[in-house]
Amino acid sequence: MTTAEIQATSPLFRMEGVSKRYGGVRALENAKLDVEAGQIHAILGENGAGKSTLIKIMAGVVAADEGRMLLDGQDITFRSPAAASAAGIACVFQELSLIPDLSVADNIAIANPPRRFGLIDRRAQRAIAEEALARAGAEDIHPRAAVKDLPLSRRQMVEIAKALASKPRILILDEATSALTAGDVAKVFAVLKRLRSEGLALLYISHRMHEIAELADTCTVFRNGRNVASFRAGTRSNSEVVEMMIGREYSNVFPPKPPRAVIAKPPRLECRNLGWGDRLRDISLSVAEGEVVGLGGLDGQGQRDLLLALFGVLRGATGSVLIDGVPMTIASPAVARASRSAMALIPEDRKTEGLMLPMTVRENLSFAALDHVSRGGIIDRTAEEQLIDEMVRLLAIKTAGLDIPVGALSGGNQQKVVIAKWLMRKPRIVLLNDPTRGIDVGTKQEMYQLLRRLADAGAAILFYSTDYDELIGCCDRVLVLYDGRIVRELEGRDITEHALIASALNVDDGDRRGTAA
Amino acid sequence: MSEWRYWLNEQRGTLMGLAIFLLMFAVYIANHPAGLTANVAQTAANKGVLFAFVAMAQTLVVITAGIDLSVGMIFILTNCLASWIVVGEPLPTALGVVAVLAAGMVCGAINGLLVIYGRLQPIVATIATGAVYFGLALLLRPFPGGSVNEDLADALTGRLFGVIPSSLVVLAAAVLLVWLPFRRSRLGRAAYAAGSSEQAAFMSGVPIRRGKFAAYTLAGLLAAMGGLFLTFFTYTGEAAYASGSGYTLWSIAAVVLGGVSLYGGRGSAIGAIFGAFAARTTGDMLFVFDVDPLWQPLLQGVVLMIAVSIGSLALLRVRNRLDWFQ
Repeated sequence: MTTAEIQATSPLFRMEGVSKRYGGVRALENAKLDVEAGQIHAILGENGAGKSTLIKIMAGVVAADEGRMLLDGQDITFRSPAAASAAGIACVFQELSLIPDLSVADNIAIANPPRRFGLIDRRAQRAIAEEALARAGAEDIHPRAAVKDLPLSRRQMVEIAKALASKPRILILDEATSALTAGDVAKVFAVLKRLRSEGLALLYISHRMHEIAELADTCTVFRNGRNVASFRAGTRSNSEVVEMMIGREYSNVFPPKPPRAVIAKPPRLECRNLGWGDRLRDISLSVAEGEVVGLGGLDGQGQRDLLLALFGVLRGATGSVLIDGVPMTIASPAVARASRSAMALIPEDRKTEGLMLPMTVRENLSFAALDHVSRGGIIDRTAEEQLIDEMVRLLAIKTAGLDIPVGALSGGNQQKVVIAKWLMRKPRIVLLNDPTRGIDVGTKQEMYQLLRRLADAGAAILFYSTDYDELIGCCDRVLVLYDGRIVRELEGRDITEHALIASALNVDDGDRRGTAA
Repeated sequence: MSEWRYWLNEQRGTLMGLAIFLLMFAVYIANHPAGLTANVAQTAANKGVLFAFVAMAQTLVVITAGIDLSVGMIFILTNCLASWIVVGEPLPTALGVVAVLAAGMVCGAINGLLVIYGRLQPIVATIATGAVYFGLALLLRPFPGGSVNEDLADALTGRLFGVIPSSLVVLAAAVLLVWLPFRRSRLGRAAYAAGSSEQAAFMSGVPIRRGKFAAYTLAGLLAAMGGLFLTFFTYTGEAAYASGSGYTLWSIAAVVLGGVSLYGGRGSAIGAIFGAFAARTTGDMLFVFDVDPLWQPLLQGVVLMIAVSIGSLALLRVRNRLDWFQ
């Protein structure tokens, strides 16, 4: 074969026999992947299956130990992310690669800012940023806004715009929609389909099956660092795909909901007329013991603020909170955690609010519960060990040891550590802020069962999720927020995708009128 | 939000530094027996400019989320060096000035190399290099002495058109020729990005190492400008350890007063200049109130505490407590 023929038959990008080890752990073994122009290629697998390592190698963040990569049939190696970017590979990372203190425009143009006389041309930069934001369908974001002032979903849109601004030939999206609202997802999908028709190659990594069904042309499944199968999209059923991913039978993702018993006692957690500036308006809700109540709606409608207000983080919140029917002033997280209310908050951003990444698994686990295992200010080592062992077992945390930094665990396992940390206090009220963002099916399933077990043991659970399937599958009731108000309460069989989306958008869904916006 | 609100948000730290300085300077002038005369302004400017150069130097390093505990010593070393070589005819004097500035840049570059390639913690690396720079200063000037081209010194510490302190003009030139180009260059942005989130900067393909190296090197240059001014101001060179340490520590106070975040990634050297002027005014204030010298260090500390507290007033408005930690 001549060189020309090889180029004609070879894909845009090919990876062959690529392996990568981190210490003793094999992250990727003999992986191969063909990426074609004009196609959306979905990569599936549990966390720890090797997907992240695969794309880090493609994006020049880490170097492979073995194997080779070909672009246009030519051997290539990337020594840095900048080199990969120069070769036309752009990556939208799950762990956002935005610089918090810089503006949106600065971030979008960061790799190669436009220059005049050697200095950055801010006017040209702004034009580039505006164009990229428009291409991503995020015109609502101001180019001068500081990234740190934006909510997570907006930051993710900036991340996508930033990747588009580098005019890539191959665009990798790693869990790029995990924090997006349904409206944003629709916009991003339209953009991705347009890019496909323009001849880009797209690698799409997601844990959401319906997204993959809608977008993908080709799917490749990874498990334990190896690619187990590649196939045309739509040729396998969802449960077949999930079985490939987890290597076991896929049944009953969500645990059954018990029939709701009428409890005569006052609700475990109740709030009346809760308000906070213009972010929360007149919120009244109650959660009984044993109940899982979901918070739905578009992202940024006050769900996060509501959880923070209940947990005593927000200052100047008005209204009253009752625990077991007794009014209580929760002035700080310390009060919220204290034994009378025994609240726990599982945060959304585990990296900054939930974990101390450089510290060990053991230290992270025991921090929140030190007072439960110490007597007279002295830590009882044996009691601490017992409690930690119990939690690691209960949550099936996969770690090479308790004395390695939490930052070295996979995302799903990090989240388990956050949850374990709070469960060690035996909370009676559990507040969860989108806890399954960016974690894999297997871990999610374990988490749903855990939630139900906690509820069965008598905890009251308030659960915010951006994933409709979760709200439908897990919750006894769902409260939908819009613009800081509860606009709809759904219960039992009424919790459907249609009802959730309709009330999230605060539109009439046919059988009931939404409250005026 | 309209454009000017974003501008205000970007400049908040700098404006706060300016406000604190204006407040303190107003109190000082109101109680000064002579009021605001050209002479009073000239003296205040000359003393303030020394501080301002060192604070600008500190800003560059702090932006990268580092800290430079050697700035005061580079300042002293270049003072001692200048007292030997910035003398004589115009040409040798000019060459001397260039050599002094180059020496400052070399000191800064050494700091940068140790931090970037030696992977030392900035605080430890610069304690060590600071000791070395002071040692060199002591070898150059075991005893205070030396001289400087007095024509140049008088011109740069005097007044332009009889009213404008010329030291302020030189400071403004340093802002225009060093700080603003750095801030608007790709390397400057890399320094900010590295200070804000080094990991994200790496992922984004930012030239982190070159950005940090430029920041440390320019910090050395600015500290050397301060050292030159000290020589112009005193006509001598002196390896004064206490003075070097004092300038280092006050430069950190000055950047904080000027709204530069010690966590990196945020702030401006212009804010740090105002912070330095404000810090300088705390000392002068005790003079106009005729305070017993024995009480001066204590009261200066109190004034500084009050000034820093005014700067953190913004935190009182925070309603989501998680914002405190950002």
